[in-house]
Amino acid sequence: MVLLESKADKRLGRQTVAFANPPVLAAAAAVAGPMEGEGPLGRLFDEVVPDRLVGQKTWEQAEVKLLEKAIHRALGKAGLKPTDLDWIVSGDLLNQLGASSFAGRTLDRPFFGVFGACAAWAESLTLAAMMIDGGFAHRVGVAASSHHEAAERQFRYPIEMGYQRPPTATWTVTGAGAAVLVDPRAVGDGAWPRITHATPGRLVDMGIKDPFDLGSAMAPAAADTIEAHLRDTGRGPGDYDLIITGDLGQAGRAIAVELLMQVGYNAEPVLDDCGLMIYDRKRQDVHCGGSGCACSATVFAARFFGDLRAGRMRRMLLVSTGAMFSPTTFQQGESIPGIAYAVAVESQSAAREEDR
Amino acid sequence: MELAVAFIGAFIVGGLLCVAAQLVVDVGRLPPPTVMVLSVSLGAVASGLGLYDPLVKVGGAGATVPLPGFGHVLVQGIIADVSRHGLVGLLGGGLEAAAMGVTAAVLFGYLAALFFNPKV
Amino acid sequence: MKATMQQEQEFKKLQRKHLPSRPVLRNALLAFLVGGAISAVGEGVRQFFLARGIGPEAAAGPTAAVMIFLGALLTGLGVYDEIGRVGGMGAFLPITGFANSIVAPAMDFKREGWILGMGAKMFTIAGPVVVYGLLTSFAVGLVYYILYIPR
Repeated sequence: MVLLESKADKRLGRQTVAFANPPVLAAAAAVAGPMEGEGPLGRLFDEVVPDRLVGQKTWEQAEVKLLEKAIHRALGKAGLKPTDLDWIVSGDLLNQLGASSFAGRTLDRPFFGVFGACAAWAESLTLAAMMIDGGFAHRVGVAASSHHEAAERQFRYPIEMGYQRPPTATWTVTGAGAAVLVDPRAVGDGAWPRITHATPGRLVDMGIKDPFDLGSAMAPAAADTIEAHLRDTGRGPGDYDLIITGDLGQAGRAIAVELLMQVGYNAEPVLDDCGLMIYDRKRQDVHCGGSGCACSATVFAARFFGDLRAGRMRRMLLVSTGAMFSPTTFQQGESIPGIAYAVAVESQSAAREEDR
Repeated sequence: MELAVAFIGAFIVGGLLCVAAQLVVDVGRLPPPTVMVLSVSLGAVASGLGLYDPLVKVGGAGATVPLPGFGHVLVQGIIADVSRHGLVGLLGGGLEAAAMGVTAAVLFGYLAALFFNPKV
Repeated sequence: MKATMQQEQEFKKLQRKHLPSRPVLRNALLAFLVGGAISAVGEGVRQFFLARGIGPEAAAGPTAAVMIFLGALLTGLGVYDEIGRVGGMGAFLPITGFANSIVAPAMDFKREGWILGMGAKMFTIAGPVVVYGLLTSFAVGLVYYILYIPR
């Protein structure tokens, strides 16, 4: 095939998208489980459910409920109804996207299920932003969820199993985050924050095989995507108030910082991890930190969305990280590829500065 | 006095077997289910070599309650049956000796799962 | 991208610098204490049967049965996973841990039905233990037969 010269004019560098009409995050909401509610962000969640079954019969149904709640809350905050959404883009960790698909069943809107493991949140935001900037939609609902018990029994051991978790283990967040993205031309200049750039990541596999050490498996992918984003945009880590990874945990974050240092970016002062913020690691027995799709989704929706909207934060790079494995792949001896999606979100104050 | 010695023996023998298993998990980096399987098999081999009986004499329940003790029971059952009935004992002796444990595991395991749910 | 062998090795070196170390000594001590305590409880049960005139050989069976009952009960009550979190293999290696490994998946997979859920999944870990235990003891018995049984 002869490749003709063509130009994707919203593309920047090798793998970044710069949106021509940066989609507006009209609202975001986070619903969390009881343990997350007792963590440092407890007060910021829109709702903390009192029990981990959320009044349902199974952990999986509970996760569906969390996802529905988060989407309805985000819609409510945006003053919209489900029927106002053009599409819904949602992801989770369960087999065949068990939570998203079943939540989509009750929402009754055209639906895209996204599997990116724990990177589903930023991946969904990326796709939704492309849909809006591409002119395919006015309003898109984005959501991601995870549930500790549902994930444990699928990926590791049954809940009441009396084994010891190694210190590299992370704790899957029970909760769901949702956001409503809208076309900026429909809401006017005053509506912020906006998604200005997105950098989809490559699958990076460094040969890690331990399903209890996903931070190490994902850190190279996070560093790879952050490096690509900075290279493509010509920015440095200092151009962001915060670069926040999804669920690398303590060790994974340190590895990512060192990998970035090797390629000439000092991200140490600005790089933090959602998994390190959602629990009180001294008091709550979570080892390396939180993980799961809901980790970056709830921390972003509960904490950073508010900071960006109020202008307390100018610009951040959200980097959700995923470990692409299943019980089948690791039992067959495959290593665990990691992936990371980066989304740059700006507040109005950042935009004003650029105008000057 | 004799009773105190029995308890201390059980504590020490049982404790040390668990320490060995813990070290295989932490240093050898094997997952706990693998270590369970290895323990039973090693217990069976040790029993066949005549090494496990002295442990039971010192440790009592400390040697029989941890999983290597399960391997020991299986092997002793097989050896007794083989001595009595010859080759056919290979097939019956093990589970005969372990029948109570296996049946209890299925029965109590099933009942517990019937009455309880994972805590919420 | 899939890393080359050399890249993997380099990454492992870097990774090792940052990974939290396993508290090997602390875990070993806790395994000793918890495993020892469970064994001592087992000894109490055994002494109970011995005191009722059951011989040491015959006491092993009922002792195991009582310990399995206790392990199953504590798992049902949601206590055993906490003991396991502290004691590690000290809680998992005793036969109470074997009972835990049966009840935990059985409870969890009850929701997938009685046959392929609870009935099948209750042996996810106990099953291999029985399988390999029986195979090894069969092999040991065979060797014993060849070496010691006169024909």
